[in-house]
Amino acid sequence: MSDSALFQYVLGLADDQLVLGHRLSQWIGRAPILEEELALGNIALDLIGQSRSLYQYAGELEGAGRDEDTLAYHRDARGYLNLTLVEQANGDFAKTIARQLFYTAMAVPFWQAMTASKDQRLAGVAAKSEKEAAYHLRHATEWTARLGDGTEESHRRMQAAIYQLWEFTGELFEMNSAEAGMAEAGIVSDRLSLRDIWDRTVNAAMLEATLTRPADSWMAKGGRNGLHGEDLGHMLAEMQSLQRMHPGLSW
Amino acid sequence: MSDRARLPLWEVFIRPRNGLAHRHVGSVHASDAEMALLASRDVYTRRGEGRSIWVAPATAIAASDPDHKAEMFDTADDKTYRQPTDYHVPEEVGDM
Repeated sequence: MSDSALFQYVLGLADDQLVLGHRLSQWIGRAPILEEELALGNIALDLIGQSRSLYQYAGELEGAGRDEDTLAYHRDARGYLNLTLVEQANGDFAKTIARQLFYTAMAVPFWQAMTASKDQRLAGVAAKSEKEAAYHLRHATEWTARLGDGTEESHRRMQAAIYQLWEFTGELFEMNSAEAGMAEAGIVSDRLSLRDIWDRTVNAAMLEATLTRPADSWMAKGGRNGLHGEDLGHMLAEMQSLQRMHPGLSW
Repeated sequence: MSDRARLPLWEVFIRPRNGLAHRHVGSVHASDAEMALLASRDVYTRRGEGRSIWVAPATAIAASDPDHKAEMFDTADDKTYRQPTDYHVPEEVGDM
């Protein structure tokens, strides 16, 4: 395994957390109630914190002098390696919750497995992230149940969100050959092994919420290769505007 | 009616890290007890304040009537003999 493969991997992982964290932060000032605004803000901060640790590590692995800010603010959408699920626009509250459910149902077993990584840095990030993800999942499943099994309108919106985002769930379990090799070597989590746990978590959540699981059909892919939808470009343009205008600006 | 007004109010009690008793810290709006616990965690324990949370429906709290303040509380004001500082310790006692 080369440092370059591990760099790509850690960068993709960092991008997942940053993009999802930034998406959630876009609810600030717009959340349905004050309590939920703080909840989404807390989750966003957890994810952005995870991304910082990962970007720092990625920068060291690359050894080209790029730090966390350079990696976050000075790459275009084509250079981002996140899953396409996390970049999907917030939509209504139901869509945000569905995105949270699909992602965190994977993140919990993912970080759990990663705590056993032979890479000490990744194991360290995993130990912290595991606890945070467990809370994120609880938040998502509780809301899924209340929206799905709530009013006629909340049920309709939650079910629509599930259908809308389903095609982005296949990518959660994809591994390229470099990643498969690292999984074999005990350095990273085996994503294929997460599928059963994810199915159980998501099925249970949908059952409690009286929601219907969509049939598996065409699944989006390409995020790990920098192929993204239109939404990500708009998000990054906004997120990066200040650093692009004033490179190196700090608080 | 706003979304927030439709949600019941819950009173929140938190046991601090080093404290023995839960203390009232404020209130949250939530659809039910479980959601009230999550909301309380997010609103009131962001800086490591707590180790345990209780929530109770605000409607379940019985409160004393402010109009009865005089008969309830003022009568304690002139009973200084209930305060430890009201007692003089003779010098012969030495350190207690």
